[in-house]
Parts: sequence; C-alpha cells; structure tokens
Amino acid sequence: MTEPEGLEAPGRRMENTARPPSRLVVQGLTVAVAGSGAAVIEDVSVEVAAGEVLGVVGESGSGKTTLGLAMVGHARRGLKIASGSVRLDGTDLLSLPPAELRRLRGAAMAYIPQDPSSAINPALRVGGLLTEVLAAHGRTGPEAQARLAEVLTEVGLDSRPALLSAYPHQLSGGQQQRVAIAMAFACRPRLIVLDEPTTGLDVTTQRTVLETVARMCASYGVAAVYVSHDVVVVGELSHRVAVVYSGRVVETGATTDVFGTPAHPYTQGLLRAVPSPERSGRLVGMEGVPPRPGQRPRGCSFAPRCPLVIERCTVAMPELIPAALAGQLARCVLVETGQAQAGALAAGPAEPDLAEPQESAAAPVLQITGLDAFYGHRQVLFGVDLTVPPNTCVAIVGESGSGKTTLARCVAGLHTNWTGDLRYGGQPLPAGIRRRSKDVLRGIQYVFQNPYASLNPRRTVGGLIAQPLETFAGRRTRVGDNQILDALRSAALSVEVVNRYPDQLSGGERQRVAIARTLAVAPALLVCDEVTSSLDVSVQAAVVELLRRLQQEHGLAMIFITHNISLVRSVAQQVVVMHDGQVAESGTVADVLDHPRAAYTRQLLDDVPKFSAAMTGASDA
Amino acid sequence: MAAPPAQRAAGPRVRRREWLHVLAAAARTPRGITGAGLALLVVLVAAIGPFVAPHPPLAFVTVPGSGPSSKFPLGSDILGRDVLSRVLDGGWQLLLMAAAAMLIGVVLGTAAGIAAAQLRGWRDGLIMRTVDVVLAFPQLVFALLLVSILGPERWLLVIAVGFSHVPQVARVIRAAALDVSERDFVKAVEITGVRQSKLMSGEILPNLLTPLMVEAGLRLTYSIVIMTGLSFIGFGLQPPSPNWGYMINENRIILTTNPWAVVAPALLIAVLTVGLNTFTDAIARVALGIERGEKLIVEAAVTGAVTDIEIPA
Repeated sequence: MTEPEGLEAPGRRMENTARPPSRLVVQGLTVAVAGSGAAVIEDVSVEVAAGEVLGVVGESGSGKTTLGLAMVGHARRGLKIASGSVRLDGTDLLSLPPAELRRLRGAAMAYIPQDPSSAINPALRVGGLLTEVLAAHGRTGPEAQARLAEVLTEVGLDSRPALLSAYPHQLSGGQQQRVAIAMAFACRPRLIVLDEPTTGLDVTTQRTVLETVARMCASYGVAAVYVSHDVVVVGELSHRVAVVYSGRVVETGATTDVFGTPAHPYTQGLLRAVPSPERSGRLVGMEGVPPRPGQRPRGCSFAPRCPLVIERCTVAMPELIPAALAGQLARCVLVETGQAQAGALAAGPAEPDLAEPQESAAAPVLQITGLDAFYGHRQVLFGVDLTVPPNTCVAIVGESGSGKTTLARCVAGLHTNWTGDLRYGGQPLPAGIRRRSKDVLRGIQYVFQNPYASLNPRRTVGGLIAQPLETFAGRRTRVGDNQILDALRSAALSVEVVNRYPDQLSGGERQRVAIARTLAVAPALLVCDEVTSSLDVSVQAAVVELLRRLQQEHGLAMIFITHNISLVRSVAQQVVVMHDGQVAESGTVADVLDHPRAAYTRQLLDDVPKFSAAMTGASDA
Repeated sequence: MAAPPAQRAAGPRVRRREWLHVLAAAARTPRGITGAGLALLVVLVAAIGPFVAPHPPLAFVTVPGSGPSSKFPLGSDILGRDVLSRVLDGGWQLLLMAAAAMLIGVVLGTAAGIAAAQLRGWRDGLIMRTVDVVLAFPQLVFALLLVSILGPERWLLVIAVGFSHVPQVARVIRAAALDVSERDFVKAVEITGVRQSKLMSGEILPNLLTPLMVEAGLRLTYSIVIMTGLSFIGFGLQPPSPNWGYMINENRIILTTNPWAVVAPALLIAVLTVGLNTFTDAIARVALGIERGEKLIVEAAVTGAVTDIEIPA
C-alpha cells in the first residue's frame, strides 16, 4: 500500500514533556441552554500550543461544535457560556467586552465553519471577501492587495483577476473552502478553529483541503483546533486529540496514543466502527445517540451505550484520570480500576466471511447493457454495463456527479429518461413505475440516502411498513401483524418501535425502519443508495453490518451505492467504480481494491484518509 | 441493538389530532390569548345574543334614529327597531355562513393545489392558469359576480364566497405541496406503485397541516369581510332579517342622530376579524417554532440532517 503519512505535519509526534507553553487554555468551560440551564458542554478543559493541532472528535450531538465556537468566545443563540475561562495568550476571552472580542476575531483568532457555501457572503466576489476581512482589521491599500495575493497563493489558489472577480457560487466546493481558509489566515491569526471543513467534499477534494490546512497550520505556527466526527481525518491531521461525548471530554492525549491504545470504551467503539479499504474486518457499530442536554444520566453519560458497563458506572460521573500512557487521560471507571483494555483496532472481529461471488452460470438478477441516461439534453450516463448475479452484493463507488445515483434511480424506476437494455430476471425492465408490473415493483426495493427524509413523519413505524405490504398484498394489514414485527426483528429493531413516529427514533433506527420496510415485501433486489452517508460513523458501521448479514441470510441480490470506497470490503463481493458517468473499472472486490487497474481507482484509494503507521502498527501488535 | 428508551426524544408528541395540539400551543402564547379572546367574545355575542335580546329584532319599538336610553341602551335604527336586539341577533347567521364558505374554499382549494403539485404537466398548467385568471379579479368583485349570476339565496351566497376563496387557497397549498411531493418519503411510496389519489391523501395531505390551519383561519376572516361587504352593498342577506353588514349600510343616514346603530355592528366585525387574524398569526408562529423560541439547532449531522433539542419548560 501507499505511504499513509501523506500530510506535511512536521513534528506530529510532539513529546508531551517538551511541549511549548500553551497558547489557548480552556478551563472548566460549561456552555448551557439559556433558559433551562441544561449544560450542552460541561467542565471542559483543553490546551493547545502554538504550532499544534488539537483534534476534537465525537458524534453528532456530542457538543463538539458548541465547544469549537466557545473557543473563539461565541455561544450560539439560545446558549450561554455559563462558567469557565478561555484564555488566548493569557487574555480571558470570556471577560472581554464585545467590541474588544470583535477586534480579536478575524485578527487574532479565526473560525472556519463546516459549509463554506453558506458561510461566505454569496453577494461578494472572492477579492471583495478577502479585502473585507483585511479592511476590518485596518489593512488597506497596496499592502492589503499584496497580502491578499500571498494568502491566496498559499492556499493553492492563484490571484488571477478571473478568480478575484468570481462569485462564490462559481467556485467548486473545494475552492470555496480554500477561500474560507484564506480568509481565516489573511490576518495571521494566533488561533484557528476548523469545524468539519471537509464534510461534504469528495475524497480527492478532501485530500487537497486537508493538505492545505496542515500546511497552513504548520507554516503559520497557529494553535489549531480541528473539530470533526471523522476519527481518521483527525488521526491524520492532529497532534493531540480530545474525544468528546455528551458534552464532556472522555479521553485526551497524544493522537497516536489515544487512537493507538484507546482507554475509553467510547474511543474504542469509534475506532472499531471505522471502515478501511485495506482491512476487511467486520464493522462493529455503536447503536444509539448521545443523551441530550438536560437528559443525561446521573453516572457516566456513555453508560447506556457502553458494552463494558458495570454497576459503578451509573453511580457518578467518573473523573478524567491518567491512563496507560503519559499524558493520556480518560474518564472511565475501568481506567481507574486498571481494567481498561487497549487496542481497539485489533479488537474488531475477524474477516467477514463474504461468500465468494458466484461465477457460475446462474442467471443474473439484473443485467444492464449500454445504459445512457439524460437530464434534459445533458447526458449523465454513458454506456454503463452492470450485472448483478443472484446472492451477490455489487458496490457502486464514485464521487458526487459520477452518475451512481442516477443509475440506481433508473433501476428503481424513478428516472425515466434513458435508453439501453435493462433486464430484471431476464425480462426487459420498462422505464417508469407505472409501466412496471406489481411483481417487478415488489422485487426491486430501494432504500433512500437520507432516513430523515424518506419516512413520512405523520406515520408510525408500523404504518410505514404496512404501506408496501398493503399495496402488494392488496389487503388491509394491521400494525401488529407478524409480517411487520418480523421485518422489524430482521432489521435488528425491537418490536416496541412499531407505534413510534420517525422523529422519536435515532438516525440509525430510522434507516433500519427504511430497511425493514423493504424487507417486509421479500424483495429479490435491494438497491441501497448512499444509505449511510447521513449517519455517524459508529451508526454507519452497524447499518452496514446489518445489510451484510441480511444479504447473506436472505440470499439477496444487492446494489450498494457509496462514495466511500472504504466501506466496500465490509459489504460487497463485487465492485463497480464509476467516474463521469462511465464505468472506470469493475470486478471482484479483492481484484479491484488490491490490484486497481484504472488510474482513477488508484487515486480514490490513495485519497482515502488513513491512520498513520504508528497507530495501525500499535493495533497490529 | 436498539437504544434503550431513555435515550430517545423526550415527551410524547401525539400525531393524531396534531392540529388540536397546535391550537392548544397557539392559545398559550400571548398573541394567541389576545386573538382567541377577541374572537370568542364576538362569537359568544352572536351565539347567545338571539336568546337574550330584549326585543324582537324586527319589531318597530320606538322613534326611528333615537339615541341611547335606559330602555334602548343602543338607541333605535332608521326604522325605529331596537339596535341592541338587532346586533345581538344579527351575528349567528353571518358566522355560520362564513364558516361554511371557508370550508368550501379550503377543501376545494386544497384539492386543486395538491393535484396541481403532484400531477404536474398539463394538469398543473390547466389548474393554475384557471386560478390565475380568477385571481385577476378582486375577490369581492368575483364573489359579487357569482352572486349576481346565482342570486341572493343564502346557500348560493355561501357557495359564491366559498368559490371565491379557491384560487387563493390553491396557490398557497400548491406551493407547500410541491415541496412535500419532492421529498423522499413520497417517492418511497410512489415506487410501490400506489394510485396518485392515495399518494395525495395519504402522504402529502397530512404533511400540509400548518399551511392548512393558517389558510383556514385567514379564509374565515375573509369570508366574514366579504359577506358583510356583500350585505353592505345589498347583495348579501336580505332585509329585514338583521345582519351586521346591512345594518351599517341602512343606518348610515342616521349616523348623526344615533351613531351606535352603525358603530356597534362595525365594532363587532372589526373585533372579530382582528381577533381571528391575530390567532391565525399565533398558529403560524407556533408552527414555525418562532413563538416557542426553545427549539435550538444543536448539531447539524453529517449531511445537514438536523437534530434539535427541546428544552424542558
């Protein structure tokens, strides 16, 4: 495999003893809901030195964005910073008057938000955006122009007039994010907080943005805080890491230590859930969601989800105490009692026993030959060939715009503007739902990308699953019918959710309901369109594992569409790599991922963020 | 594998009869209390009035156009009938008819709006261009046109005013339904091959609760305004039976001798419409989560799916 250490991050293994004095010191920080006083983040203490990158990692709902904002002295509307201090080079940001704080923002500290397209003013051109930042801090005239050109070059954009006069919407997502980075670095800040700046970007774009961030942080010597749900990205980029769960730091230390020998069960769980394009370990997910502010249990917040929970966990919140390695702290009673088991990466179960793809003469469930698809007059698919043999999962991998979702929608009958030959069970598949027989509609089931959108919020889970049953069986189905309960059970849901509404379920549970709805009608072909992309990594692992199991147990033919090539090994036997509406490469998973022939596949594999050798080495030991 | 119940969203959010919960929530806001209070006051007058009126509304009891006195607290009208009795008796018909017209308008308008949004193509074009043509006329003029064709019968009046609401309702509902019909949960049911009518009634309609409630409130207000307007110009409820709209018209001439004959019905109409409108506004605000101010976006999940927390009051 390629050298995983792809980023320039000099001195990433900074010794704890030789650390320079901290530039940002956060002590006992609590941010609470303004009305009820429920703490969103509680008693957080972290430090960041100049030239150091601190990774803040946690699931959605853990409070990591709130923490990131509090570090620049800001609380979102409805929240207030209740206690604690945030010191930047000794100045307590929280005691500064607003005007003073505003002067520091942009100049001494900067914040890069998640979505650049909504964070930069769409009415200003790129030149105007940067000039505005510089002018706000007293830099105008030729000096400002020179600085503007300099910082744009540094982030890998040029300062040609064409770019300076472009509006944000004319730039790609990666370019927008680089403009946001340039704006943040324009006034040479001492502290910079990056909140998931690569979420929503393709792996290749993510790679270039991460490289830019790493280079900029190193060359400017800023104290950087990188907030992300993605442990691998944080592992690649940061020197030290703080794992946040339910508003508290549950583990912190040097990145290689924390991710190499994680002490807290939550960190271990996060790491176990990470898919890898190289290892084909079975993914182990963590179900559930972090408890909401005001509803946190009395003891350890993680206790309800913890596989290693003991009685003591529910008594009181454990303290953050030293763990195995120097400078590594964890908030867990098992650490206290010395029972913590390290080595999360190694703890994953062995290879998933994915049945070898059947090369036999069995008739394929779905055969696509020469599929061209169009949006209006624009062609988005060019002569795509695809075969789905029975009892096989075919993964379709590609970046956004590669046409993978259009392909799925053609199969499902949602997209009708196509030509070519689609055969389902040997019979030609007509375009459009209304022209398909009931048997075909029942046989091809589709799971949508976003479970927050694909379930009718006004129907109970039972009602949602009853709907296709009624349509296909043509008789009334009661909510308590065995078919419905069986479908819930096979999707690993408890039957008690049958009377719940979608918004009473977590994201993972919702996606399971969507899967149960398709299973209820016993499909022959299951089309899964990016079904995990809106879920946390820990939940993604559980859902992927469920799909893998269902595919094997029910002997389903499955199309698994994803932008994440790392997931492929965990679920599929065959893979099709798509690029610009064409098939770049296809074959068995082992062939394509181990010996990629197409340059594009190699690039995809290279651009996937990976743990450094130090961390994976620790896990192999 | 499923998470223990403790981790789920707190509080039962009842979806059956959700409109009742929205109403109740709206009625707890200051705006809602004001609006509901004003409107209910007038509704009460109209409902109880006929039973407590001191004189028969049609009886000529005193000198025309006389001012308030102990026997006739609001004086007499142009023909010498008791103004108080006529005001008390002249509301219930108006309210019932306005409500009926509102129902006709909202039901037909919603059906047209959802159909246009979901069916698309030439049917959308046909429905919405028709709507556009009708919208080109002011609503009162359109209602007037219908009444002059259909005649001033009471039920024809209701139908005419109801019809005049259809285009407005259809526009609003179509816009909302377009948004819903594009959502994945509609597509998810669509690919099971169900009938369009079932998609519209089962998937789209239940998700239009907020615009529907707001439209109902608005159309009720407009119904009252148009009905009284029609009565004022003599096309509505026919004399001699009392009604607030016509009372304003017939007593204009005695405005100097007994202003109460005009002011009392005008005041009731004003209070009723202002109250209804304020309450409708409260509903809209509650539905949007503005008035509560407690909905707080805590964390956008990976692709913009938003989790929110609700702060216990």
